[in-house]
Amino acid sequence: MERKFLMILAFAASTSAVSAAEIAPSSVVYVDGAVETSLTGVPGDPENGRKVVSSKGLGNCIACHEVTDLADVPFQGNIGPMLDGAGDRWSEAELRGIVANAKMMFDGSMMPSFYKTEGYIRAGNAYTGKAADDTLGPLLEAQQIEDVVAYLTTLKD
Amino acid sequence: MKKFTAVFAASLMASTLASADPVDDTLVVNGDLEIVTRTEAPAAVADVMDEVISGWHFRGVETRAMQADDFDNPGMIFVEQAEDVWNTADGSEGKSCADCHGASEEMAGVRPVYPKWNEDAGEVRTLEMQINDCRENRMGADKWKYTGGDMVNMTALLASVSRGMPMNVAIDGPAQSTWEAGEELYYTRFGQLELACANCHEDNYGNMIRADHLSQGQTNGFPVYRLKNTKLNAVHARFKGCVRDTRAETFAPGSPEFIALELYVASRGNGLSVEGPSVRN
Ligand code: HEC
Ligand code: HEC
Repeated sequence: MERKFLMILAFAASTSAVSAAEIAPSSVVYVDGAVETSLTGVPGDPENGRKVVSSKGLGNCIACHEVTDLADVPFQGNIGPMLDGAGDRWSEAELRGIVANAKMMFDGSMMPSFYKTEGYIRAGNAYTGKAADDTLGPLLEAQQIEDVVAYLTTLKD
Repeated sequence: MKKFTAVFAASLMASTLASADPVDDTLVVNGDLEIVTRTEAPAAVADVMDEVISGWHFRGVETRAMQADDFDNPGMIFVEQAEDVWNTADGSEGKSCADCHGASEEMAGVRPVYPKWNEDAGEVRTLEMQINDCRENRMGADKWKYTGGDMVNMTALLASVSRGMPMNVAIDGPAQSTWEAGEELYYTRFGQLELACANCHEDNYGNMIRADHLSQGQTNGFPVYRLKNTKLNAVHARFKGCVRDTRAETFAPGSPEFIALELYVASRGNGLSVEGPSVRN
């Protein structure tokens, strides 16, 4: 009895770590810069997306973008366009493409590619200045991308 | 087309909301030493910008004021320390810098032309490399650590006696291939954030990246006393930090890459006055 229970737990843990539906960074399909299919199949959580956009240790999007909805977060940058109204200007698929790899939508963009693990020049281990090892993951996890996209779709004029 | 206009309109909006141009101000040190902090772009960068601007213009009013008076400039304490070292014998030859070079003021004009091609050594040398060459081969003394305290203090002394003189590094002749290597590095998008020096310091100077007001990343103010870490910072230490901040494996101070990059970046500021030791945040 106890043994069976443990086995079920272990199984549950492994499925949530590598969700069957999750699309790996190298397998994402871009059409005109947009990504039609959800990266996880799990609807994004706009509340968590809001957190990812504003946190320095996560998306840190406001290093470059201003967002009126995040007026309580100090020091918003102005490298990129203001994100107010992004949900009107772009479809969900376009926003997913922009956040996953903005260079697919905007050629040569300064915006980092948040869902990518290959093709870097001297990739580092986060901000240590040391070389990355083979555990290098994307800047954001698949579900975090979905959460950010869900948040951006709420930004309507 | 539609997408392009939307982005364009949005960026117009953003720039009117948080425009942060370089401050309109003039720097006169100790009431009489005029510093050229903006000037016409030198030939090497004339195709990408009209004007080159010192990092001083991008700092706050108090930080700018500190640099205008040597009593308020914390970097000058280290210049005084280096003056003592300048006059003190060291190493197996029992010589001081002054024994060969005279008073430190005699070195006016040296800072602006470094990094510089050294014919005998057949290499481009930074000021740090030249200082260590004197220590090892003329004084019989140990080399200093490239970005260590003794070294950065000595570069501050050498900068201070050239303050007000225009940066004027040579980029042609035997230095040209090093300069080209530096140019290549300047435009390479390093790290997981895929950012080149040019992304921040050419395309976006005047803009804010989070709390930081981006300057042109000029080197005429080095070494720089930073209020953030309350010490003098060598130019290669700054390069190291900027590359690290792109989530990249950075380069080492004194590496061939940073020597080339220093020559290239210095050439982008030819015409700006030497300011070191300057004050930044
Ligand atoms: C280093 C700067 C930088 C960072 C960090 C950054 N962006 Fe961007 N972003 C840009 C720039 C620049 C553009 C404009 C597109 C272009 O021309 O390159 C842009 C464009 C966009 C757009 C489309 C613009 C519009 O019309 O509204 C969206 C949406 C966007 N970014 C979202 C994000 C999100 C979400 C994040 C974080 C997960 C983020 N950005 C992080 C620089 C950045
Ligand atoms: C992600 C943005 C970013 C990138 C990329 C970047 N820097 Fe910087 N750099 C900064 C910030 C922020 C500062 C501090 C504010 C300022 O002076 O611009 C700075 C400061 C500097 C300074 C000091 C200027 C002064 O007057 O004190 C130099 C020099 C410099 N950078 C050179 C470089 C070089 C060379 C590279 C490429 C190897 C580079 N930077 C890449 C953000 C960046």
